Amino acid sequence: MALLEIKNLHVSVGDREILKGITLTLNGGEVHAIMGPNGTGKSTLSNVIAGREGYTVTQGEVLLDGKDVFAMAADERARAGIFLAFQYPVEIPGVSTSSFLKTAINAKRRAEGHKEIDAMEFLKLVKAKTKELGMADDMIKRPLNVGFSGGEKKRAEVLQMTLLEPRVAILDETDSGLDIDALKVVSDGVNALRSKDRAFLVITHYQRLLDYIVPDHVHVLVNGRIAVSGGKELALELEAEGYAKYQGAAA
Amino acid sequence: MAVTRETAATVKEIEQYKYGFVTDIESDKAPKGLSEDIIRFISAKKNEPEWMLEGRLKAYRYWLELGDQEPDWAKLHYPKIDYQDAYYYAAPKKAALASLDEVDPKLLETYKKLGIPLLEQQMLAGVAVDAVFDSVSVATTYKKKLEEMGVIFMPISEAVHKHPELVKKYLGSVVPYSDNFFATLNAAVFTDGSFVYIPKGLRCPMELSTYFRINEKNTGQFERTLIIADEGSYVSYLEGCTAPQRDENQLHAAVVELIALDDAEIKYSTVQNWYPGDAQGRGGIYNFVTKRAACRGRNSKVMWTQVETGSAITWKYPSCILQGDNSSGEFYSVAITNNHQQADTGTKMIHLGKNTKSKIISKGISAGHADNTYRGLVRIGAKADNARNYTQCDSLLIGSTCGAHTVPYIETKNPTARTEHEATTSKISEDQLFYCRQRGMTQEEAVSLIVNGFCKEVLQTLPMEFAVEAQKLVGISLEGSVG
Repeated sequence: MALLEIKNLHVSVGDREILKGITLTLNGGEVHAIMGPNGTGKSTLSNVIAGREGYTVTQGEVLLDGKDVFAMAADERARAGIFLAFQYPVEIPGVSTSSFLKTAINAKRRAEGHKEIDAMEFLKLVKAKTKELGMADDMIKRPLNVGFSGGEKKRAEVLQMTLLEPRVAILDETDSGLDIDALKVVSDGVNALRSKDRAFLVITHYQRLLDYIVPDHVHVLVNGRIAVSGGKELALELEAEGYAKYQGAAA
Repeated sequence: MAVTRETAATVKEIEQYKYGFVTDIESDKAPKGLSEDIIRFISAKKNEPEWMLEGRLKAYRYWLELGDQEPDWAKLHYPKIDYQDAYYYAAPKKAALASLDEVDPKLLETYKKLGIPLLEQQMLAGVAVDAVFDSVSVATTYKKKLEEMGVIFMPISEAVHKHPELVKKYLGSVVPYSDNFFATLNAAVFTDGSFVYIPKGLRCPMELSTYFRINEKNTGQFERTLIIADEGSYVSYLEGCTAPQRDENQLHAAVVELIALDDAEIKYSTVQNWYPGDAQGRGGIYNFVTKRAACRGRNSKVMWTQVETGSAITWKYPSCILQGDNSSGEFYSVAITNNHQQADTGTKMIHLGKNTKSKIISKGISAGHADNTYRGLVRIGAKADNARNYTQCDSLLIGSTCGAHTVPYIETKNPTARTEHEATTSKISEDQLFYCRQRGMTQEEAVSLIVNGFCKEVLQTLPMEFAVEAQKLVGISLEGSVG
């Protein structure tokens, strides 16, 4: 069975239809990239799947392991295995990164009927993962995302993804604001998570990220529809030719 | 750690307001109303010496002169209090017992529900508890150990008999009977409270703690606490309150006096969780408290920390009079109001000595239809050369029907003074909530986490065993506040 199925998804904000019938199937082990110009609904897609308020689904459905995602609240979706790496992670003043991580891990563990994580076990786990991601030791003591550089924020997102072990990970413009070194570290973190039980939806404006996180499928989103789908070579073609010809086709 | 876990487990049971239970113990009550006879009755019940009775009567007569001149400058609205419609004395029948075995098992059951681990003293892990049930202290633990070190920690009614010289010297020396309407009332009718004396040079090795509990219908609670830290001593004192659910409003007017002599330090922490009334604003405690510290000695220091989550009405300004040169006062406050709760709380820092320092960190959280006011005075006297104050007031709003207000008063009579005041008002953002929920947290967990972060600077000043409870209470107090 497919991990995530998006079927004929129509989404509006107010009176305006943003997504006009998206169909996409993500199987375990696959990485799908969604590319497209600004304002075509890339972020809407990720927000709707994750459960942000303010969007109206007028048609279609999204299934996670065959279960109706729209029947679940945002936190239930998260606990069921949907993870969104935010384009702009928010600051949470006064809440240390480590206590945030612990709360999130325990929310998931409780939902799965497990005991809360032991303090020592948690510390060991987090230390190992931060090291892999090239993060400074004291970062987890700092309030979440407060005063973090762009690179630090994105690393923190990948750290959370690593610890929460999602079924479906959505990366929303994770490459924005990253220099090449940070991009590499973040990509390595994502690649380390690739497995046959997990699928990725990588949303990006530029092909650059896909040099590091190599997709199995590339979809071009234009005006709320998937204009074309293809393999990883499609991304290179777009890099060279731009979106112009699809924008014309979709209009 | 054991205590922390115990506390955490107990607090978990609270949810909403699970402290709404009533223990059925026959009480030994004075008739309703206030008169010289009632005051004589209270004094006689406590077998007080003549000088105590005289002090009470003096206060009572002064209170009569005040008429119904309750202070009205606070941003609080409540129906007029009928002082003749309340009881001023109630005591559990069996009082002042020598051992826990003699304590009414029902009372112990109540304590257990409250999470006061009296039954297992080893669980106290260094916390001596002077548990106040209604107005009379029933059991004091760890007393012996403290006695050996010269610490006096006992009900104030007992101190009147055993240490009259100390009580005479200090009682009313920080908050005189004529200080304000509620303090005057308290001076006339106070029933009991704690007395603490820390001898010269001693660093009190355990946190001293008192749990207050209101448990008699219509019984006003008039606690009186007096803490004296002699030269070079240190003490940390914890006060925590919970009360059973009631429909009537219950009046509470406590007075707390702290005295720090040369090089002494007092840390006073409160978690206040009295019944706040129901979601429609019915019932709840009226809490009019006068708390004041005198930093009399050179280099003395007082630190107030309060976490106010309960009560329908909170009127409370823990203050410091910085008399001694180089003395310092700190005030850390979290005030949470939800539903129809109203809080008007803050502090007064009165700088009199040279090089005195004060710091005020106030975090107000308002939800539902609640109103939350920070009211603070920083006064720098003519002789207070080089006085320094730093004030930070942050307000957090949840929803759009609540209010937050900041009313700072700064009076400076010395040109070398430096005062700073910073204030912010913010709302919990949808983005923050969504972010937390996307990580699997429920709406309630998310609010609790964000608000705890907002309050962190204050909560981290609490002793460990209180901090855990306070964090949980912050979340519980705001349950249902975000739709």
